Amino acid sequence: MKDVMTFQINGEEYSALIDHRRTLAEVLRDEFGLLGTHIGCEEGHCGACTILIDGEPVNSCLQLAIDAQGRQILTIEGLADGAKLHPIQEAYADSGAVQCGFCTPGMILSTKALLDKNPDPTEEEIKYALSGNLCRCTGYYQIIEAVQAAAKMLQEVS
Amino acid sequence: MFYHYVEYLEYEREVRNMCTTSNTAGRIHRLPEIEVFRPKTVQEAIELLAQHPEDAKVLAGGTDIMNKMKRRTLVPKYLVSLNNIDGLDSITYENDELHIGARVTYSKIVANEIIQEKYPIIAQAAALTASAPVRSAGTLMGNICNAVPSADSAPPLLVLGGKVQVVGPKGFRTVPMEDFILCPHKCCLAADEIATEVIVPAPEGKAEYQKMQLRNEGDLAMVGVAVRYLPAADGETCEVLRVGLGAVGPTPLRAKTAEAAMEGKKVTPELIEQVAALAMDDASCIDDIRATAEYRREVIRVFMIRALSKLTGVQASA
Repeated sequence: MKDVMTFQINGEEYSALIDHRRTLAEVLRDEFGLLGTHIGCEEGHCGACTILIDGEPVNSCLQLAIDAQGRQILTIEGLADGAKLHPIQEAYADSGAVQCGFCTPGMILSTKALLDKNPDPTEEEIKYALSGNLCRCTGYYQIIEAVQAAAKMLQEVS
Repeated sequence: MFYHYVEYLEYEREVRNMCTTSNTAGRIHRLPEIEVFRPKTVQEAIELLAQHPEDAKVLAGGTDIMNKMKRRTLVPKYLVSLNNIDGLDSITYENDELHIGARVTYSKIVANEIIQEKYPIIAQAAALTASAPVRSAGTLMGNICNAVPSADSAPPLLVLGGKVQVVGPKGFRTVPMEDFILCPHKCCLAADEIATEVIVPAPEGKAEYQKMQLRNEGDLAMVGVAVRYLPAADGETCEVLRVGLGAVGPTPLRAKTAEAAMEGKKVTPELIEQVAALAMDDASCIDDIRATAEYRREVIRVFMIRALSKLTGVQASA
């Protein structure tokens, strides 16, 4: 069963004829070529598919595309401003928080959701906010440092 | 990986075959063929469910049902999404009752000031559930409709006296939390009914939820213990004790023997230890993949002692 579906992604409108059974993660990647959202466990445990919907982190593998219409979707592609990286992206790059990079888009978007709500989180609050994003490479220390560095950078900017 | 093109073709054929056959657990998680309805009212939703009594399921947050469909545990042909219905997503306190709509997510519950102030145990349990991305989408109502014994939302609702408002073609009924979950994976909803809100009476006393899990976050409960305590006017006697246990029986349950043993009595360390032991026996713990029965019983005992010591102010040692 297919319908034309329309999405607000990164401030732009995207439309396509899509089967009802497609998940948002599949549609972002297969229909719209936004490959930054990664598919890992497909069950909502690993967080590789994390995107922001109306500012909140969501596992896009568990979202039916049809129900994501009419909501503000932010993917990793929506963070940088042209060639200028978002402070969170810079902090991740500078802190050695990116090894294979597979968890990174989800980590960065979860970080954005955290810092938007809590600009000065403690280490415990960072761990709690990122607990839905698994990383097999780094051991997490560099990621926590990246979040702390990003928090500092964002506070200096504002 | 593939030495011959023929090998690769056979792999492709196998993958395509798996996408259409049942039980794709462990491999590619495509959903079965479904048609999704997005009604605008609860009435419309009920009519759609009534039209397809064998084949339709309700969709709210999706965090449970999507996995069930991916693993082919559930293979509905139709999904009736509640996500286009106005309302069902509010938290209100009126007539001395808390109303939590069916679409309210855990993240909204954690952040809600009314719940933080009047029913902190509900926010506590929501904050302990799953992980941030799941909490943004998953709903408390979905948690109890999924009807697993380990549901974190259930023990708090049991100790608070929560009820569920259910709407169907014949009208609506209110089901106490104790009667809502029948057995693992089965709640009391008929195929053409929708649970529209959770109703919790005015809070009395103090309550706390504890969860034993293997990981710090993002895990299911091995044992869940909710305790509510209301002291009598003299401050030393127990007027009301409610104990809700999760993951230690076929459904979330109230430890009624433990409750009865304390009500009306002066609280002492010995009484706390007795009540903790009785709660162990109210449960029917089993060995399973997450824990042994023996461990679960001990966790119940320790959690009970910790909760009662904290809530009564009388220190008993575990």
